Amino acid sequence: MIHLALPYAVAAALIGIGTYGVLARRNAVLVLIGIELMLAGAGLLLITAGAIGQDRWQAGNVLTLFVITIAAAEVVLALAVIIAVFRARGSIDITEAAHEPASEAAAGAS
Amino acid sequence: MTGLDLAFLATGAVTIAAALLAVTTRHLVHSALWLVLSLGGLAGCYLVLGAELVALVHVLVYVGAVVVLVIFALMMTRAPIGPSPLHATSRLHRALAAVLGAGVSTLLLAVLIPLAGEQPVPRRPVDSTQIAGELFGTWVWPFEALSLLLLIALIGAFTVSRLAGAAPQEPR
Repeated sequence: MIHLALPYAVAAALIGIGTYGVLARRNAVLVLIGIELMLAGAGLLLITAGAIGQDRWQAGNVLTLFVITIAAAEVVLALAVIIAVFRARGSIDITEAAHEPASEAAAGAS
Repeated sequence: MTGLDLAFLATGAVTIAAALLAVTTRHLVHSALWLVLSLGGLAGCYLVLGAELVALVHVLVYVGAVVVLVIFALMMTRAPIGPSPLHATSRLHRALAAVLGAGVSTLLLAVLIPLAGEQPVPRRPVDSTQIAGELFGTWVWPFEALSLLLLIALIGAFTVSRLAGAAPQEPR
């Protein structure tokens, strides 16, 4: 027997922490870590909803597997883009778009 | 408070604490390593809730592949060893982000806690043959679409990294 309030609380906390990670970080890879935490919270939510019962098509488990797959595809593409940006401008600071010439100079120097 | 509640409390506490450290630490590589601990704790949560196959797949995909990719990306973008003040945000920025994150959590809690109800539910471990039957029965078309998605992601990642390697040489 398990109370479902606990898993729901952990999922909500994970999604909140992921939001903080996305908003408070400037390094693009660390932003991605925040997104991973949010997806993990979504998976926990699905599993908990499936654990209540009346899960006719095993939707909780199967959809969590799908979310994990989509997260893997997403992280591959995001990291490819991040590395491409790093090669082009020499920095993965997501707030740096405003001053283009400085990043061009940094790319030339590196 | 049942035994399963205590088990979930332990794994959930590990997950939350490691997730908090992953988003707040100033060491870039430590952040990825705390993510490993957080996702491992989450796999423990799945086990406690009775989803054994999902827990195993989660460990395989996240700890085995995603975090390794993140660490590779940190190395290829020349992440410094030790604390890095280079990408630090201001205190006001972090406070605003914390307020927004707490707000999101509070909203979700306000919706979800009434759904949970007072009564504990029995743990129903899910057989992997059940999941396989549904996955290749009811869910077979989404499953095929996802395999296509993975192929597209593979080709896309390859193309993006190839194009980026070729682009800077053209203007010079």
